[in-house]
Amino acid sequence: MAYQRPEFKEQYENYIGGEWVAPIDGKYFDNTSPVDASFIARIPQSNAKDVDLAVEKAWEAAATFSKSSPAERSMLMFRIADRMEENIEKLAMAETCDNGKGMRETLGADLPLVIDQFRYFGGCIRTEAGSVTNIDADTVSMEVHEPLGVVAQIIPWNFPLLMAAWKIAPALAAGNCVVIKPAEQTPASILVLMEVIGDLLQPGILNVVNGFGAECGKPLASHPDVKKVAFTGETSTGRLIMQYAAENIIPATTELGGKSPNVFFESVMDEDDEFLDKAIEGLVLFALNQGQVCTCPSRALIQESIYDKFMEKCLARVEAITRGDPYELSTMMSAQASNDQYEKIMSYIDIGKQEGAEVLTGGSAYKNEQYPDGYYIEPTVFKGHNKMRIFQEEIFGPVLAVTTFKDEDEALEIANDTQFGLGSAVWSRDMHQVHKMSRGIQAGRVWVNCYHVYPAGASFGGYKNSGIGRENHAMMLNSYRHTKNVLISYNKNKLGFF
Amino acid sequence: MPVERVSVTEAAAKVIDRLRSEHGELMFHLSGGCCDGSSPMCYPLGEFRLGGRDLYLGDIHGCGFYMHADQFEYYKNSHTTVDVVEGRGSSFSLEIPLGLRFLIRTHIFSDEELADVRPVEAAN
Repeated sequence: MAYQRPEFKEQYENYIGGEWVAPIDGKYFDNTSPVDASFIARIPQSNAKDVDLAVEKAWEAAATFSKSSPAERSMLMFRIADRMEENIEKLAMAETCDNGKGMRETLGADLPLVIDQFRYFGGCIRTEAGSVTNIDADTVSMEVHEPLGVVAQIIPWNFPLLMAAWKIAPALAAGNCVVIKPAEQTPASILVLMEVIGDLLQPGILNVVNGFGAECGKPLASHPDVKKVAFTGETSTGRLIMQYAAENIIPATTELGGKSPNVFFESVMDEDDEFLDKAIEGLVLFALNQGQVCTCPSRALIQESIYDKFMEKCLARVEAITRGDPYELSTMMSAQASNDQYEKIMSYIDIGKQEGAEVLTGGSAYKNEQYPDGYYIEPTVFKGHNKMRIFQEEIFGPVLAVTTFKDEDEALEIANDTQFGLGSAVWSRDMHQVHKMSRGIQAGRVWVNCYHVYPAGASFGGYKNSGIGRENHAMMLNSYRHTKNVLISYNKNKLGFF
Repeated sequence: MPVERVSVTEAAAKVIDRLRSEHGELMFHLSGGCCDGSSPMCYPLGEFRLGGRDLYLGDIHGCGFYMHADQFEYYKNSHTTVDVVEGRGSSFSLEIPLGLRFLIRTHIFSDEELADVRPVEAAN
């Protein structure tokens, strides 16, 4: 089934205080589609003045929203989810056009997960109970949660709507008002989302300010009236975000990527069955979203004894990946998100070749006949060793680095020999082995006999240089709230010190 | 003269000049990780707080070029050239509003080059 490029407005504004507001200095930039490099819309090139306005309007809204009941906020979450579901194709098409990822993924994964994120936090906030501790016969301790007020969120371009949902849903559910800055490569789909859900929101509780990092991201992340910053992106900006947060003494959560090991033990080939088929797909998932996933399984570790036979099957599956029109549901791989991303990936394919890694398949750009101006790359598999740069740096493209191991100890050593610790996976039919490995791998997520599934309620975040904090789980509510302890004494007698 | 670890293309040097005239003295820090990771970030000098585990690799067109020690572990054998391409990157790097993005090109040192390569220094 084929969808088509959706209609956008010629020009969008910021969404501030429940209204579309032009950038104060009147500057805009052109947003283009990586599918075919075509113009999508003019987007506000905002600066500190627009950020100040958004933060001010958010605080005005916070006066009432921070006192709203969990039942009201829960209902808001459900209404947002329902409205998105009614518009799922429209939103998925906007996401495909803005980001370049295929409709196969936006309709099949991104949007269903976005919708479910709101339902999950709607459920969490409605059913949550606090805690009361009986300290002694006359003293009771209550832990009470209160929203922080206004929070800032800076969103990456690889899952523009899903990463926005992962941040917006818990923040609103916890009673905060939000100022969000979408990535400058992918601002359009979130603006379409605001057209779809804007009327459901009390003015000012969710504000969208567009622009570039240095001009708009920095004033937002360092704003003295922002009470928390959440960021997904790379390590230098992550450090800057934490640096600004330190200056204002506010919390920051950061998710900064990974170089995820995908470990295949010999027992996967004990049978030629559905599970082997699943494991092969599990390796080929490096190509999901053109490899532009923080948890991309970009290092495959394969037990020596099955390497030849297993890789033969995997390479056949990689070579069967269909390319073509991103708007066609059968197309498995689509466009990289931007020209500079395309250039960076090509430069890493060059590094892999210079380092002496063996190209098993791919290794070049893909010429998309239908969209010659878009940014397409062949799924690429290298064989090499774990000290190579293509095994250590997140390429953020459809590039897999494969190596072998002898036994569990060596698998664990290679898996953990990385500066990151975000995703990982273990594939085996041996339950003792999967438990041993899943506890041994230093990463925030270990998939066991599966990969790239992100159900709401399964926490997500990093060890090591992959960042600080967890998302996609009820525990995220507390990173958007103060905890206030109310300590109540029934005893009428003094302590006795004075 | 030791073999340098970092250099810059003429096109990137022109962009550095343009940014310097607008923002003053500049610095580069190589990022890692997700999204725009593995890209050189250009900041006003002092904007990015260098830490005890950042390393100084050399100057490019009058700007210090820095990298975290964890990352340098895998750059020991690499010469890095800062280039520039058209594109819409994200991050707080200063060239992005120009519709340009700094990018690294890599050359793996030969054994002869490695024998004479510039030693790295602590950033601070």
